[in-house]
Amino acid sequence: MDAYGDPGLGLLGDATRRQIFELLARRPSSVGELAQQLPISRPAVSQHLRLLKDGGLVISQAEGTRRVYRLNPDGVTALRAYLDRIWVEALTAFQKAAEAAPIDQNKDQNKEQ
Amino acid sequence: MTTSIPPIQGTVTVGVPVEHAFKVFTDSFHTWWPPQYHIGQADMAKAILEPRQGGRWYEQGVDGSECDWGRVLAWEPPHRLVVTWQVNGQWQYDPDAEHASEIEVRFTPDGPEQTTVELEHRLLERLVDGQALRDGIDSGGGWNAILELFAKAAANRY
Repeated sequence: MDAYGDPGLGLLGDATRRQIFELLARRPSSVGELAQQLPISRPAVSQHLRLLKDGGLVISQAEGTRRVYRLNPDGVTALRAYLDRIWVEALTAFQKAAEAAPIDQNKDQNKEQ
Repeated sequence: MTTSIPPIQGTVTVGVPVEHAFKVFTDSFHTWWPPQYHIGQADMAKAILEPRQGGRWYEQGVDGSECDWGRVLAWEPPHRLVVTWQVNGQWQYDPDAEHASEIEVRFTPDGPEQTTVELEHRLLERLVDGQALRDGIDSGGGWNAILELFAKAAANRY
């Protein structure tokens, strides 16, 4: 988790961009299709897509009259960036949970559950 | 054939004893894992890490369906845990063990009430290999081109 040196973390640190990334992970889509699923305008979606493309996480292809965006199939940048982001969130959540959960003195009893 | 991808590393310090940290990380995995990160079609009801070597690591959907994430490779409470992560870039489980990335988590006591938890997610190239193999992707430029792309992306900071 190279906090600030990692491009993916920066790029996917934005909630809307992460949402776009997740939608594309499930299905390649056009700007219009993405805009329908998000509370932002098409130009705003395009802007996010441009950043994701510049960062190497997403590629686009013309299909007939529309342009379809998908995750960069080389996978390296996109996958690593995404996992990196997941672990940042997961470890933060773990820290909170560990410090909030009551400490159980009786471990043997716990194993029986 | 395969060029390695730098592992992801993370460290977090928690103000609890090492046994407690390990227990929350494993037994109570479902209480802290961000629920939006799941692969099943149904919303995730629970994520479960079976507490033994060879145990399953999987999610249970609200509809009762189950989706595997990986396996427990090393179960050494309260200091070390190694699990596989077999979820690829398409957000799908890849059952082929040769495509399994690994997550090692080490729990080191800094004192009676403080623990450092270090996580390493490695062998990411195996996931990519698996994905490329199944999807029949021809990247064209080979691994050098891919790594160049990665290096370029890494140089951009937002």
